[in-house]
Amino acid sequence: MNSFIIAGRELRSLFLSPLAWTILGVTQLILAYMFLTQIDFYLSIQPKLIGIPNAPGVTDLVVAPLFGNAAVILLLITPLLTMRVISDERRNKTISLLFSAPISITEIILGKFLAIFAFLLIILFSIALMPLSLLTVGELDMGKFSACLLAMVLLMASFNALGLYMSAISSQPTVAAVASFGALLFLWIIDWAGSNSGNGSSLFEYISIMRHFESLLRGLVHSTDIIYFVLFIAGFLILSIRRLDNDRLQK
Amino acid sequence: MSTLIEVNNLTRQFGDHCAVNNVSFSLDKGEVLGFLGPNGAGKSTTMKMVCGNLTPTVGEIKINGYDIIEQPKLAKAELGFLPEIPPLYPDLTVDEFLSYCAKLHGLKKAAIKKAVEHGKGKCGLSDMGKRLIANLSKGYQQRIGIAQAILHNPSVIILDEPTVGLDPIQRLEIRSLIRELGKEHSVILSTHILSEVQQSCSRVQIIHHGKLVLNESIGGLSRRMTSSSLLVRFRDQANLNTLRSINNIESVDTLEDQQYRLHHKQGVSVAASVAEMAVNQHWGLLELTPEKHNMEDIFISITQDSDANE
Repeated sequence: MNSFIIAGRELRSLFLSPLAWTILGVTQLILAYMFLTQIDFYLSIQPKLIGIPNAPGVTDLVVAPLFGNAAVILLLITPLLTMRVISDERRNKTISLLFSAPISITEIILGKFLAIFAFLLIILFSIALMPLSLLTVGELDMGKFSACLLAMVLLMASFNALGLYMSAISSQPTVAAVASFGALLFLWIIDWAGSNSGNGSSLFEYISIMRHFESLLRGLVHSTDIIYFVLFIAGFLILSIRRLDNDRLQK
Repeated sequence: MSTLIEVNNLTRQFGDHCAVNNVSFSLDKGEVLGFLGPNGAGKSTTMKMVCGNLTPTVGEIKINGYDIIEQPKLAKAELGFLPEIPPLYPDLTVDEFLSYCAKLHGLKKAAIKKAVEHGKGKCGLSDMGKRLIANLSKGYQQRIGIAQAILHNPSVIILDEPTVGLDPIQRLEIRSLIRELGKEHSVILSTHILSEVQQSCSRVQIIHHGKLVLNESIGGLSRRMTSSSLLVRFRDQANLNTLRSINNIESVDTLEDQQYRLHHKQGVSVAASVAEMAVNQHWGLLELTPEKHNMEDIFISITQDSDANE
């Protein structure tokens, strides 16, 4: 309950700043452009696909790539959203308002997490409207589409949790942004090592966010992937709670 | 009388530096405690610990019987805190901010509006509800900070330098507000302004180098402040030996042209006998003033004494 109060204020402050609107606008514009080029591409190869049995449909050729692109854009914008949630409060000393109120550290962190998550869901909703608009002219594979949505929700929550942790450990928002972008990008590409020569490490493949995300995007809902994301989110949330609690213990 | 704050053997270490060293005190309902000390003495650290913003290295803090470490939610519900820098969100309006604070303290929806109106009224913010905090002056921001601390009617109110940045009239208002709050709550007030303590506190504590060097009621303090010396000036030369012979006079200092300082025993007044003698001896009494120590003198002597002891 207390978390929702904090989340409500955080979300409100977010929309009072131009940052939220800019991010919504820019994301939508770029993804709409990508969506259109993807459709164009699909229309150009559609005649060839008719002859092939079990040919990939519009969900595989338009929707999945759209969400794949959205993931890359999220990689860039989530650090901007999460960077100030805790480091700003610490800098402006407003954190003592939360520390002196009858609220636990866990509730503070969850509140911050929920605020950014709610904003990311708004982005996801506006992205999802694009494939849904195709329903007016054709059909979508709803199973694959929901797998894509699930993938996006899990990915957003993971980016959010990691960004939150980076904001909790750094004293300046920009440092938090750079650190979370770096960490996310590294986790994205960590399986590149040795993947060309065919002797990539299976550990790196497991750690890589992209592997798990892409298998979900293809419509394969594996419990391994879901557990990976849940562990990722819970892990960074717990780390953030520990880190914020440390503020009171500082040596 | 119920004890609202109990602090036992509080110690806080920052690395090798000991910011607060074995401080104990308690505060009853209806008391206003003035917390004094030079810069860096450990005032703010102590207050942060009492409010649960900092964990003590050693020691125990109880707010209305609830331990701040073991039962933080119950303890903090009894607490209103204004830190050194008021914790404000500049992009909210005064009303939005105060109702956010009320919600954080778990006030019910119906009570929030009333609490916000009450808090604004107490701190002179009634016309400022729709204004953006970022656009308000430092004094008004300070008032919002105070309003935030008293909003949920806590039994313990802790104010860290509440009158910084206020104009003299507002300062008077805040002082009377503090006195009023002191009737039903316990208030801890830290400040640099000594006259403020004299006017609004019922007890005074001085902390220096992390140690509590004075813990006295305001009555005891004013006894300390009463004079033990008289300043006299005569028209003609006075006989020092005759002066010394007056009962209870311990010593006489000659200052300049027939001006003397008479040191006497504390608690007795010798002014009448001096006047009588001056008339009998035809010295021509021009001036007779009991000297008073002010709080600054006491403050300086106490903090310097403890410097010398170390």
